[in-house]
Amino acid sequence: MNPILTQKLRAHERASAAEVIRPDVGGSPLLRRCKQSVTTETQEYRATVGLLALQGDFGLHRQMIEALGHSAVEVRTLSDLERVDCLIMPGGESTTIRKLMKQEGLFAALPQFARTKPIMGTCAGLILLGKAIKGSPGEDTLGLIDCDTSRNAYGSQYQSFRDVGEIRAGNGAVPLEMVFIRAPRIVRVGDNVEVLGRLNGEPTLVRQGTILAMTFHPELSGDARVHQLFLSLVVADPN
Amino acid sequence: MLKEQQMNAEDKRKIKIGLAEMLKGGVIMDVTNADQARIAEDAGACAVMALERVPADIRAEGGVARMADPARILEIKDAVTIPVMAKCRIGHFAEAQILEALEVDFIDESEVLTPADEAHHVDKDQFRIPFVCGCRDLGEALRRIGEGAAMLRTKGEAGTGNIVEAVRHMRAVQGGIRRLSVLPREELMTEAKNLGAPYDLVCWVAENGKLPVPNFAAGGIATPADAALMMQLGAESVFVGSGIFKSADPAVRAKAIVLATTHYNDPKRLVEASTGLGVPMRGLEIGSIPVEQLLQVR
Repeated sequence: MNPILTQKLRAHERASAAEVIRPDVGGSPLLRRCKQSVTTETQEYRATVGLLALQGDFGLHRQMIEALGHSAVEVRTLSDLERVDCLIMPGGESTTIRKLMKQEGLFAALPQFARTKPIMGTCAGLILLGKAIKGSPGEDTLGLIDCDTSRNAYGSQYQSFRDVGEIRAGNGAVPLEMVFIRAPRIVRVGDNVEVLGRLNGEPTLVRQGTILAMTFHPELSGDARVHQLFLSLVVADPN
Repeated sequence: MLKEQQMNAEDKRKIKIGLAEMLKGGVIMDVTNADQARIAEDAGACAVMALERVPADIRAEGGVARMADPARILEIKDAVTIPVMAKCRIGHFAEAQILEALEVDFIDESEVLTPADEAHHVDKDQFRIPFVCGCRDLGEALRRIGEGAAMLRTKGEAGTGNIVEAVRHMRAVQGGIRRLSVLPREELMTEAKNLGAPYDLVCWVAENGKLPVPNFAAGGIATPADAALMMQLGAESVFVGSGIFKSADPAVRAKAIVLATTHYNDPKRLVEASTGLGVPMRGLEIGSIPVEQLLQVR
C-alpha cells in the first residue's frame, strides 16, 4: 500500500481495527423476521443478496457477498426482486441505471421493497436512493434516504482518488480505505440519518433504518467491513 | 486527497480499473457532436466516445485520421454528464497528453485512427487517465496491459457493421485464457515467449482464469443481437461505433442495444429489443476490403 495511506491508517490506531461497527437496529420488524429464520444458534443464516445488475460493477459486489458466505442473485426484473432478502445497488452510471429500472418497473417497486428489506447503495446507488440531486432537478430519485447528493462532485476521472477515511465503531472510529470514482458528495443529511463514515469530516457513509448508502466503493478496496455492516442489517445476530 | 506526486502505481491502477469496472454491463457509443451525445445519453449509454468522424466515414473517406479537435470534445463533455472518452493515435503520446489535459474520462489508443508509431504503443502508466486498447488475441491483450491499459476491447473490424471479426477476437482471447489455466507452471515461460506477453501477467492469468482488467467488445456491432452475442461470449460491455448513427433511426436503435446488453441472456427480451428498429447500417463483407485497408492489423 502507498506509504502515505499506510501512515494515515496507523494514525487512527486509537480504536481497534478489528472491531466491526454495529448499528442499533434491534427492535425493527425486519430483524425480528430475520431472527425467526435463524433456526439454531450454530447454523449460520445465509442471506440471498440481490445485486441490481442492469449496469455497473455488480460483479465485484458478488465476490464480496460470496466471500462472506452468502449467496448473490442478479436482479434485472421484478420477478428476480421477489427472490431476494435485500438489494445492493452498485456503482455505474445513475442515468443509465435509472432508465433501465423504470423500464423494468423496478423504480416503482423499490419503495414497497424497502419497507421490509434492506438496501445498500454505492455511488450511483446512493444518488438514486437519496432525496434530491443538487443542480439536476429533472433527475428523479427514490427518496428512500433523507440526504441530497451532488453528482460527479469532485470532477471528472482525473479527480478520482483513493484515501483513508474513518467509520464509526462503538464510541470511536476506525480507519477505512475509501476509493472514489467520479464520486458524488453528500451535500445535505436529514435529521433521521446517521452518519457512519467520513472523509476529512465530510459524510461518506450514511444510514437511515435499513437503508445504507455511501459515496465510495467498498467493493473496490477489498475490505469487507461495509458489506458486513449491511449484512448485519439483514441477518440478526443470534446472540 | 493525495496529490499527484503522492500517488503510487497501485493507487493509480486501482482508480483507473475502478472506472472500467463502473462501465460494465453497458453500452459506450461513438458520437461526433453534442446532439448525438444527448441522444446517446437519453438512450441509456454508460459513456460516449467523442470523435471527429465515425469509423464507417473514416473508412469511406480515407486520409489520415487523427485525434478530434478539442473544441469538439469539450462540446460533447458539456452536453452530457456520463463519462466521455476520446481516441488518440497508436503511439501518439502527445495526443494522449492533450486528451488528459482536457480531462476526458478515458483514452482509447485506437487502431481506428492512423497509427503514429508502427512499433510502439503509449506508455500508459505515465498517465492518470485510464486507457482502453484493442486486441485480437491473448498475447496482444497482455502486452497492452503490460503497458498500463486499464481496459481491453476486441478490435473487430471497425466501421463494417460486420460482427465476424469481433467474434473471432473474443474467442481467441477467451480460448487463450482457458488454455493458460490448464498449463503446468513449468510451461508458462515458453508460453509467455510464444505469446509475446509479459511472464508475470501470463502467470496471473493462468492462476486466476481471467484478465486482470475488464474486457469489452468492439468493432462491428450493429444490432441488439450482435451486442447480446458478444456479451454471451464473455464481453463485459460493448462499444458501438458506426452502428447507431449510421442506421435509419439512431435513437430507437441505441435504446434497443442498451436493452439487449442488459438482458443479453433473455431471448424474449431480445425479441423485444430487435423488433421494429428500421434499417441497420448497410455493412461490409470483410473479404471485400483490401488487406491494406484492414484496421485490425495496425
